[in-house]
Amino acid sequence: MKLYCLSGHPTLPCNVLKFKSTTVMLDCGLDMTSTLNFLPLPLVQSPRLSNLPGWSLKDGNAFLDKTELIDLSTVDVILISNYHCMMALPYITEHTGFTGTVYATEPTVQIGRLLMEELVNFIERVPKAQSASLWKNKDIQRLLPSPLKDAVEVSTWRRCYTMQEVNSALSKIQLVGYSQKIELFGAVQVTPLSSGYALGSSNWIIQSHYEKVSYVSGSSLLTTHPQPMDQASLKNSDVLILTGLTQIPTANPDGMVGEFCSNLALTVRNGGNVLVPCYPSGVIYDLLECLYQYIDSAGLSSIPFYFISPVANSSLEFSQIFAEWLCHNKQTKVYLPEPPFPHAELIQTNKLKHYPSIHGDFSNDFRQPCVVFTGHPSLRFGDVVHFMELWGKSSLNTVIFTEPDFSYLEALAPYQPLAMKCIYCPIDTRLNFIQVSKLLKEVQPLHVVCPEQYTQPPPAQSHRMDLMIDCQPPAMSYRRAEVLALPFKRRYEKIEIMPELADSLVPMEIKPGVSLATVSAVLHTKDNKHVLQPPPRPAQPTGGKKRKRASDDIPDCKVLKPLLSGSIPVDQFVQTLEKHGFSDIKVEDTAKGHIVLLQEAETLIQIEEDSTHIICDNDEMLRVRLRDLVLKFLQKF
Amino acid sequence: MDPECSRLLPALCAVLADPRQPVADDTCLEKLLDWFTTVTAAGSSLLLLQENPCLVELLFRVLKSQDLSSRILSFSLRLAGIFAAQEDCFQYLQQGELLPMLFGEVGPLGGAAWTAPAVRSGWIQGLRTLAQHPSALRFLAACGAVDTIFSLQGDSSLFVASAAGQLLVHILDLAMRGPARGRCSPQACDWPACAQKIVCHIEDSLCSIATPQVTQALNVLTTVFGHCRGLWTQGLWVRLSPLVARLLEKDPVPASHSLVDLLLSVARSSVPSSDRGLWETLAQTLSHLSPTQAGPLALGILKLQDCPQALRTQAFGILLQPLACVLEAAAQAPGPPGLLGGAAGDPMTADTLLCSKSACVGLLCCALTHLGLLQPLPQRPSPWPQAPLLGAAVTVLRLCSGSVAPTSDVGGRLCAILVGCGRVQRAALDFLGALSQGAGPQESVTQVFSVLLEYLMSPESSSMVLKKAFQATLRWLLSSPKTPGCCDLDPRTQLFLRELLPVLQKRLCSPCWEVRDSGLEFLTQMTRHCGGQAGFRQALLASEVPELTKQLLQDPESYVRASAVTATGQLSSWALLAAPASPERPGAQQSLLVELLHVLCADSEGFPRRAVMQVFTEWLRDGHADVAEDPERFVARVLQAASRDPDWEVRAQGLELALVFLGQLLGPRGSHCPCAVALPETAPPGTLAQALPEAAPPGTLAQALQVLCRVQLFEFAFRALFDCDRPVAQKSCDLLLFLRAKAAPCGSPQEAGDSPNVASVEATLQRWQAGEQGQPLGYLEPGAVMAVLRSIDLEGLRDTLAESSDHVEKSPQSLLQDMLAAVGVLGENEADCY
Repeated sequence: MKLYCLSGHPTLPCNVLKFKSTTVMLDCGLDMTSTLNFLPLPLVQSPRLSNLPGWSLKDGNAFLDKTELIDLSTVDVILISNYHCMMALPYITEHTGFTGTVYATEPTVQIGRLLMEELVNFIERVPKAQSASLWKNKDIQRLLPSPLKDAVEVSTWRRCYTMQEVNSALSKIQLVGYSQKIELFGAVQVTPLSSGYALGSSNWIIQSHYEKVSYVSGSSLLTTHPQPMDQASLKNSDVLILTGLTQIPTANPDGMVGEFCSNLALTVRNGGNVLVPCYPSGVIYDLLECLYQYIDSAGLSSIPFYFISPVANSSLEFSQIFAEWLCHNKQTKVYLPEPPFPHAELIQTNKLKHYPSIHGDFSNDFRQPCVVFTGHPSLRFGDVVHFMELWGKSSLNTVIFTEPDFSYLEALAPYQPLAMKCIYCPIDTRLNFIQVSKLLKEVQPLHVVCPEQYTQPPPAQSHRMDLMIDCQPPAMSYRRAEVLALPFKRRYEKIEIMPELADSLVPMEIKPGVSLATVSAVLHTKDNKHVLQPPPRPAQPTGGKKRKRASDDIPDCKVLKPLLSGSIPVDQFVQTLEKHGFSDIKVEDTAKGHIVLLQEAETLIQIEEDSTHIICDNDEMLRVRLRDLVLKFLQKF
Repeated sequence: MDPECSRLLPALCAVLADPRQPVADDTCLEKLLDWFTTVTAAGSSLLLLQENPCLVELLFRVLKSQDLSSRILSFSLRLAGIFAAQEDCFQYLQQGELLPMLFGEVGPLGGAAWTAPAVRSGWIQGLRTLAQHPSALRFLAACGAVDTIFSLQGDSSLFVASAAGQLLVHILDLAMRGPARGRCSPQACDWPACAQKIVCHIEDSLCSIATPQVTQALNVLTTVFGHCRGLWTQGLWVRLSPLVARLLEKDPVPASHSLVDLLLSVARSSVPSSDRGLWETLAQTLSHLSPTQAGPLALGILKLQDCPQALRTQAFGILLQPLACVLEAAAQAPGPPGLLGGAAGDPMTADTLLCSKSACVGLLCCALTHLGLLQPLPQRPSPWPQAPLLGAAVTVLRLCSGSVAPTSDVGGRLCAILVGCGRVQRAALDFLGALSQGAGPQESVTQVFSVLLEYLMSPESSSMVLKKAFQATLRWLLSSPKTPGCCDLDPRTQLFLRELLPVLQKRLCSPCWEVRDSGLEFLTQMTRHCGGQAGFRQALLASEVPELTKQLLQDPESYVRASAVTATGQLSSWALLAAPASPERPGAQQSLLVELLHVLCADSEGFPRRAVMQVFTEWLRDGHADVAEDPERFVARVLQAASRDPDWEVRAQGLELALVFLGQLLGPRGSHCPCAVALPETAPPGTLAQALPEAAPPGTLAQALQVLCRVQLFEFAFRALFDCDRPVAQKSCDLLLFLRAKAAPCGSPQEAGDSPNVASVEATLQRWQAGEQGQPLGYLEPGAVMAVLRSIDLEGLRDTLAESSDHVEKSPQSLLQDMLAAVGVLGENEADCY
């Protein structure tokens, strides 16, 4: 069993597991941090950005984290754990010769589609004036200013995919539900389990009859909107692959939400605007729910909240229809019937308005001070670029970063000097290390495999020994482009016996509860299933040359000698020998058993745990006599 | 006993002894016992029993009855104990063999009723009351009660077990009181047999290998040394101390909590004066117990008035150990000598700190709390290591927030244990606050302020931690030195304030109401103490805090609104609310007075309205500018609003305000009435009238009465006089008494006489008293008011109000009648108590 690690980003994993002749890809996250190396794509021509010295505008390229470690066309299936971890799917399904199936839950697919749609829309609606790729040449790249010149493997950076590719990729997905068992070639069974992190997010169990691998990616134990995490089913795993822990282990989401609300209220009270760069799904639902409870108490009821994204409408509506994927509280609301999320009421009362982009209706309705939720969190493309340009100059305004995926300082770099206030409240509901250690104690896997980042404290806080996985035996760590031999051996395989063969067996109890029977059969293996069938009957020997030859083909079934079991009690054996006329018997104890010496007959009987030898000098008669005496003490079948 | 009760008693006894008529309410039985206790305390029990033979009969019938409830049995045992407490009555009962039947082997002790804890408890309490004289001791010995008490020490009911222990102590004390003419010899050959038996039992228990037995013995001894003052206790200690010392040789020390209690109890008794060996035992115990167990003992030792310096040093060392370990673990480099003068931390303490999270948190919290308790005491150790303690508190807080990077391995592990631990954070912040009472070196204080700021800023701080952080910050700000030569804050504090106010601002916007509330409380306290200091005023006015505070008057949470009322009231008193109106809200500048009046009239919750009344009272007392403009109108409006309020505390506070106003009107010209102003809010009712100021000159008084009539203070006060809530009526009564005394020489009785006005007022008041408060009083003439005041029996009313509300129903007759009525013997239900 081997694990090929294609991504070094612990929250955007991409691993390939080879297990019992199947090749399973676990997630295909897209690390977009390389976009931070590019200038923002403004919706409206920005004189400031275009007049920056030196480098011309580039489009937002994406960086696919993969190597030539493995031929991706051999991948049989891809298992997706949540919508953030499928963003590289078109690159794999459309450009590698992949012919397999992708498994994901319905909300994952639908919201994943929204995220991809938004990404494509953001990039495509600002057609690039020029494009440049020569700089990727290593000789030129090293002349570039840092950090570009230090970027690794720029040659693997790819252009953003198109909507066509997205659609084609998504058509290869087969929808699954929690706890559904999916057979892969009869060899293994995969099952998605609720992971509590996002709508439809899953952990996966990959198991055969005798081995169980759990893949935990992006899980949460907090009470937010999704169904709670299913921990019990992770028990008794041989290997637990653990990825997607919180990116900000020192920040507690509750404290951050408080911080978010306080700063938002302070800004708006002073007449300033608040900009929240965010993804169109996920934490935004929880933020809107918090604000729903908070705005009245903070006297903010008259402040408009705008949600701007090409997929804003779909995202808000999708969230309300996936009732079966929601937490219990929200599910019960559906039966009242009430919308599970309170943002429906915000929309109804006109407190929350959503628009596909800043063009059109938005420009008519726009009123300040206000709060704007929009993408993209990298600040490199999307409507957020416009608001950064618009509000950046006033210290009354505030930008509040809630998504932990990008360094906020790097994201802000092209907008400097900036007068607006910047608040960093990363809200990451995924497991923290305390929760992980509780989880591991609970499910007790034999081995834990995780990205190397989790096995040591973060570099900036090297003293925080609490910010790492602490388990026994220590977790096996992997890094990008590494192949890991998973530390367990397959020892058993399940084999079926055909009923008629089973009928013919005559078990014999050799000790209480244990019976044995000999089997003669033909082992038949197909589709990773093994079946014992009755052996073909030997043909009747009817004479004739031709037939005889035919019977030669039949496996030569020799008459079998019976199998022996049991042990020989030496004292009784000696008594028996004496009864049968042997005298002058001497018994010697050896390390492994006993030697019975028949001095008169110059014969030696060696009795050991698993063998008995009769050594006599060419006296076959004597040997047979002695053998029969020995056999009296053993069971035969 | 009065004849009426004597008449009712036989019927009641019959009811009690009748199993078919169960007594539903056992508080009645308790009241009955209380009554018998009072009766027997006042006179002879023997006489009582002879005059009321039904009582003895009751006891006999209880013994005979098979299916009586356990509570009646328990009651009877206790009743018999009350009677037998007097020796002659004891003899009387003994003659009838009643006592052995009740308390001896033949009584409930052997029967099925004994399984009820109430019966066992009644048996113990009966004996406890009975054991007052030497005859009782002999009785106890004769009936073998002491052995039963020994076994009851381990009873499954905690109440019974504890009462059994106390009874043993009582018997021991009783037995030893007789022979204790001088110091008893430890050999105890001359001790009474009963005492011998008990002490031997304690000795056996102390030697037992079962921890519960040891605990029982230690608890009994703790009570002995805590409550018994006889000299014999010294002898007892000499006899038992070797056994106690032997407990220390065991590992682990059994029943360590009880042992610590015992040793402290002995140390506080008269024993140390005679036995210096005690200090030795204490020192040994300190070194034998684990760091967690030794903490409470060390604190107890340090609180003792006089004990050897060496022991104090050892005890203090134990309290300091955990913090010393923390300091040592977190030290970047070997620095100045730490808490223990350079000595290394105790490895055992370090092990405890690192062995588990709960042990570490427990030990640190105890150490911090103990040191915090010690800090303000006069007998705290000297020299007090203020600077290292400050350093330790700051280090603990930094470890908890993860902002310190210890280089040592131990430090790293400590950090991993403590990070984010709210319990330790709270304890450390409390301790840090306590340390503000002492000075500290400049750099330590800077560190304190920076760690406090870090906590106040951190989004990770929970609401409780924030509250503690605000409290500690306030204490440090208030204790910070003033700049020499002027009364303003020193520059460092000012700098801190400038950093603090934006944080406060953010906290006032928190979605968590507890945080907003503690922020407002902090602001109120800070303003109250520093409102006059230029530095503070400047910083506050430059911030948006005053404006935000005003906005919080509309908070959805009533506690926050109440705190916002208090805070704005305080800010306004110091003229700190004069923030310019924002352009979007032109009406925002409206006077705070109007806003608060609106809260008083319109807020649906009591807390904000109470707060408004307090603010208004304070404003009136201190001559707030808005009030001083037209105090008459102010008082009239406030009283009008308060009189309609459904919350009695608001109405009572209205009277407080009226009293302040009265004082200002009637007190000596140019100054406040000393009585009214100096009167603390918690003054017991009735003190006011006795401490009357001198009467006012007639001219002023006439004018003042006019004013009081105009603001309708009398209508308010008269209404309050008949308020259904007693404190309001009491307060009003005091106010009117004060007014009447003040106005005594003014006007003559014939002035108003029997004018129709007075008659109608009196008629209205009578209706009010009867509960019909709908009718208004209308405008009152001062003369009529005075006449009415003179005609009402205010003193009588005051005395009635001073009685508790159930004084009518509290009499013994009423109790007996109620009990009889409850079982239907009286036939009619005459009194309805509840």
